[in-house]
Amino acid sequence: MRITAIALNTFKETIRDRILYLLLFFAASTIIFSRFLALITVGDRVKIIKDVGLASLSLFGALMAIVIGTQLVYKEIDKKTIFTLLSKPIHRYQFLLGKFLGLALTLLIMLLLMSLIFLVLVFLHTSKIDWNLLIAIYLIFLELLLITSVAILFSCFSTPILSSIFSLSFYLVGHLSWGLETLIQKIKAGPQRVLAQILYLLVPDLENFNVKTEIVHGLPLSSQFFLFTTLYGVFYTLFVLTIAFLIFRKRDFI
Amino acid sequence: MATVLKIEDLHKSFKTGFLLRKKKILKGISLTVEEGQIFGYLGPNGAGKTTTLKCILGLLFPEKGKIELFGLPHLSLRAKERIGFLPENPYFYEHLTASEFLNFYGELSLKKKKDIAARVKELLHLVGLEPWANMPLRKFSRGMLQRIGFAQSLFNEPSLVLLDEPLGGLDPLGRKEMRDIIARLKQEGKTVFLSSHILQDIEMICDRVAIIINGQIHSQGTLHDLVSEKILFTEIILSGLKSNELKSLGERFSYLGEKTLLKVFEEDKIDTIIDLVQKKNGKIHSLIPRTQTLEDLFVGMVKKG
Ligand SMILES: Nc1ncnc2c1ncn2[C@@H]1O[C@H](COP(=O)(O)OP(=O)(O)O)[C@@H](O)[C@H]1O
Ligand SMILES: [Mg+2]
Repeated sequence: MRITAIALNTFKETIRDRILYLLLFFAASTIIFSRFLALITVGDRVKIIKDVGLASLSLFGALMAIVIGTQLVYKEIDKKTIFTLLSKPIHRYQFLLGKFLGLALTLLIMLLLMSLIFLVLVFLHTSKIDWNLLIAIYLIFLELLLITSVAILFSCFSTPILSSIFSLSFYLVGHLSWGLETLIQKIKAGPQRVLAQILYLLVPDLENFNVKTEIVHGLPLSSQFFLFTTLYGVFYTLFVLTIAFLIFRKRDFI
Repeated sequence: MATVLKIEDLHKSFKTGFLLRKKKILKGISLTVEEGQIFGYLGPNGAGKTTTLKCILGLLFPEKGKIELFGLPHLSLRAKERIGFLPENPYFYEHLTASEFLNFYGELSLKKKKDIAARVKELLHLVGLEPWANMPLRKFSRGMLQRIGFAQSLFNEPSLVLLDEPLGGLDPLGRKEMRDIIARLKQEGKTVFLSSHILQDIEMICDRVAIIINGQIHSQGTLHDLVSEKILFTEIILSGLKSNELKSLGERFSYLGEKTLLKVFEEDKIDTIIDLVQKKNGKIHSLIPRTQTLEDLFVGMVKKG
């Protein structure tokens, strides 16, 4: 109940943030722009709409998570609202978890709004529903949860601007780290390979959440992949939240 | 009487500046607050009052020392369920209205939904904010924020209320109302711990006082203990006497034209002076015995500290 109360208050606070609607506007513009892009290209036009659409859901969703997520905890400390909040009978982890869940709800709604625009556009073009797109959107949501936890982690010890830079780097590195995987296969077995494998484990692989290629080319998504990615997302998020909590637990509020 | 709050040898420092040098803020604070008291924590700005309160609430972690609330470790939820806190400059969620805000904090205090609504009404009434129940907090004045902050601190009907400068930023009428509410809390059997740098406030409402200067408690006790009732000297304002006639009777100061202010330290000389004034057809304008005030004590300590 206490976590729910904090989550709902966080939701009410973040859903009013104007920056969300600005990003929503950009996302909608990009999605709609993809249709015009499709008109001037040769080849499969639907592919371009799907490709650009899914990419913008991920990118703008991540930007929302970062911009709002890095302010969540900072604002409570900066505006000193945390003083009275933590004087109530709540644990600090409950506070952090409430903040996370509140923003997760906000992001879910934003993602649904963006997806609606995207799905309507695809439907207008193809006149049929591609159920795989829903899976892609679900995976993007998992990715957003992970980004949110990372933004909250950084904001537990640094300013919104620095945290945004860190979180954005996490997003970018995470989407490039698949290069590491291909690299590992080229390394000879031995300590170097183990080292590279450890590195790969530490660096997030956000490409796990990206199924654009499969979707666009109509490739099947195995249920095994689906399960693995869900577990990967959930455990990575919990892991990051735990670190955030360990930092937050002993923090002085001055 | 049960001990409500017990602090033993509390130490806290902050790292400040570019080099992150340690600056000692609290240098071994010890105090006890008994049930049913209004305890005044008096000290000049920057003495460490807010820092002490934040340690009690678990917002700051002291390097050394022990804090107990109701005999429990101060960080336990069972202890926190029984306290209320009003911070120094209350800031609250601007997007919420007064009643939404109290509702939210009510949910954190773990009450039943039905009880929360009733308690919100009760509290808005108590602090006189009923007409503004649906106004967003961002439109609230300083005094109104102070009141809504006070209301939230009382939500769980706490046994101990911790108030950081509760009368700060209020107009004279607001101060009086706040003092009345604090007095009522005492009548209800609650314990109040309040900090202030304003002596008058403490003098008017507190049973017991601790004076903190520069991170150390300099004096602690009932007002009665701290301030001796002994008459220090008597101030007499008189006229019609020549200054050489008053010699050796007390310390003389000139005062508004004809009048003379005389500080008399020995009691038996007062009668001599009164006789003398009558004989010489002079006039006594006032005669005030001065006892030591908390202010004398406070000013003396601040100067020393
Ligand atoms: N964030 C901080 N960093 C460094 N020093 C601080 C900080 N906050 C307060 N101080 C110092 O701690 C001392 C005590 O502050 P405080 O407890 O707020 O005093 P009071 O409430 O009695 O006015 C002051 O000298 C102040 O300068
Ligand atoms: Mg203070």
